[in-house]
Amino acid sequence: MNLNDTERFLLKEIADLTEIPAGAYNIRSDSRSVGRQSSPNIDIMPKEGVSGLDIFIKAGTKGETVHIPVVMTQSGLKEKVYNDFFIGEDADVEIVAGCGIDNCGAHDSQHDGIHRFYVGRGSRMRYVEKHYGSGSGTGKRILNPVTEVYMDEGSCAEMEMVQIKGVDDTVRTTVADLKTGAKLVVRERLMTHEQQRAESVYTVNLNGDDSTADIVSRGVARGSSYQRLDLKIVGNAACKGHTECDSIIMDDGRILAVPALEANNVDASLVHEAAIGKIAGEQLTKLMTLGLTAAEAEEQIINGFLR
Amino acid sequence: MLRIENLSFAVDSEGQEKEIIRDISLDIPDGRLIVITGPNGGGKSTLAKLIAGIERPTAGHIYFQDHDVTEWDVTERARAGIAFAFQQPVRFKGIQVLDLIRLAAGRELSVSECCVYLSQVGLCAMEYINREVNASLSGGELKRIEIATVLARNSLLTVFDEPEAGIDLWSFNNLIDVFQDLRREISNRSILIISHQERILNIADEIIVLRDGQLVNRGARDEVLPTLIGSSSAVLPCKGIRKGADTE
Repeated sequence: MNLNDTERFLLKEIADLTEIPAGAYNIRSDSRSVGRQSSPNIDIMPKEGVSGLDIFIKAGTKGETVHIPVVMTQSGLKEKVYNDFFIGEDADVEIVAGCGIDNCGAHDSQHDGIHRFYVGRGSRMRYVEKHYGSGSGTGKRILNPVTEVYMDEGSCAEMEMVQIKGVDDTVRTTVADLKTGAKLVVRERLMTHEQQRAESVYTVNLNGDDSTADIVSRGVARGSSYQRLDLKIVGNAACKGHTECDSIIMDDGRILAVPALEANNVDASLVHEAAIGKIAGEQLTKLMTLGLTAAEAEEQIINGFLR
Repeated sequence: MLRIENLSFAVDSEGQEKEIIRDISLDIPDGRLIVITGPNGGGKSTLAKLIAGIERPTAGHIYFQDHDVTEWDVTERARAGIAFAFQQPVRFKGIQVLDLIRLAAGRELSVSECCVYLSQVGLCAMEYINREVNASLSGGELKRIEIATVLARNSLLTVFDEPEAGIDLWSFNNLIDVFQDLRREISNRSILIISHQERILNIADEIIVLRDGQLVNRGARDEVLPTLIGSSSAVLPCKGIRKGADTE
């Protein structure tokens, strides 16, 4: 696979890849696939008519991974990509996505990834998605991911969604529908700095009895950045839902947290927690008594918080 | 090791200046274990914070190892060799016990090296090493981890602000051993403990009594302790531990 240094750097940041991954993968760079491999249990097929992939994971597939990272280094490139994952029954897989944009030019670069997951009955899916931006250009790095998760009975999805740094503008939309006994766990981490804007909107519909959702979003807004977090859980059955929105605000950052709970069933049990605050002075002081400077202490606190 | 000259600290209280520390002078020689006691509100914790640089004096000077450190910040004093154990340990989301001990040691300790410090404070190391230093830990667990981080500092002067506050009786017994061990490790190391626990006063080389922000007595344990027995400056462990949650 022919990748330049910037592409390799981005792949390392977003997918922790330093070499071709084992198992099924598709590596997309500047709107084209630069490497693709299916495995006996996982078929990766390009879509017809639109940009993107259909990924079929056979029932019973256990312990396999799919990597579908995207990198963009050409300034001014804008793309919309549809990736659909069809996970058969009783599978247990890990999917690693993520997008890194390096923009050294004056034009905005934008990647809108629309991911749909159909998680089969009794299956487990772990999903990791990291977003990262770099480059010294004046053009923005824009990422608008849409994540839809359709969970069949007794399925389980654990999703780690992280925006590391360098993304100028993002609207993250996540929708999940859960059937009986399905379980969704989301850990989101968002870091914005300078003039960046990030919006993250969740709508989780707990439609089946005994379905559960636990959504935790942690954010750090530095510089003059802005974050808006809309976390909504709808309980339509005898279900349990928990959302937590926990943010550190710094400098001239701004954060709007909009929790929403909707119960349409008397047996729905829904909880929301939200907190916004600056780094506690006593945390800085404690780390300074260990010999760290104030700036080093701040970095440690943020790195821990966003771990 | 540490010399304090004419130290004063005042705060603004409803438009009026309130003196918390009034013109205190004292010195802490090398290799001594000194306990500062006195009634609540007497200025003990404030004095400890002034030594660590967490509070800045309104007058006077602090010398550490013959350097005037009065204007040094918390970081500079920590690097010079002053360690400080908080009365009420701080919680951190996401930072693990292992991280905190490594930061305290100032180098990449191996897991087994970190475990030594946790074992010293009576915690089963493998159970705690990857725990977050957050609200999931009890007050007693946090307090022991706080002491473990101070042990990892390996400092010349270690200041403990009410180390017994919030800990259970079992840990309290352990704590006495921790102080003894600290002394054995480095012979010229000094330990300054803010406490009114009789059992801690009992292991002091010297006792300093503060009242209303002033130094009212100082001397060898055998001279000072008998004058304190029965007062709020020398309480028994059970009583003190119940009071432990109070902040001075």
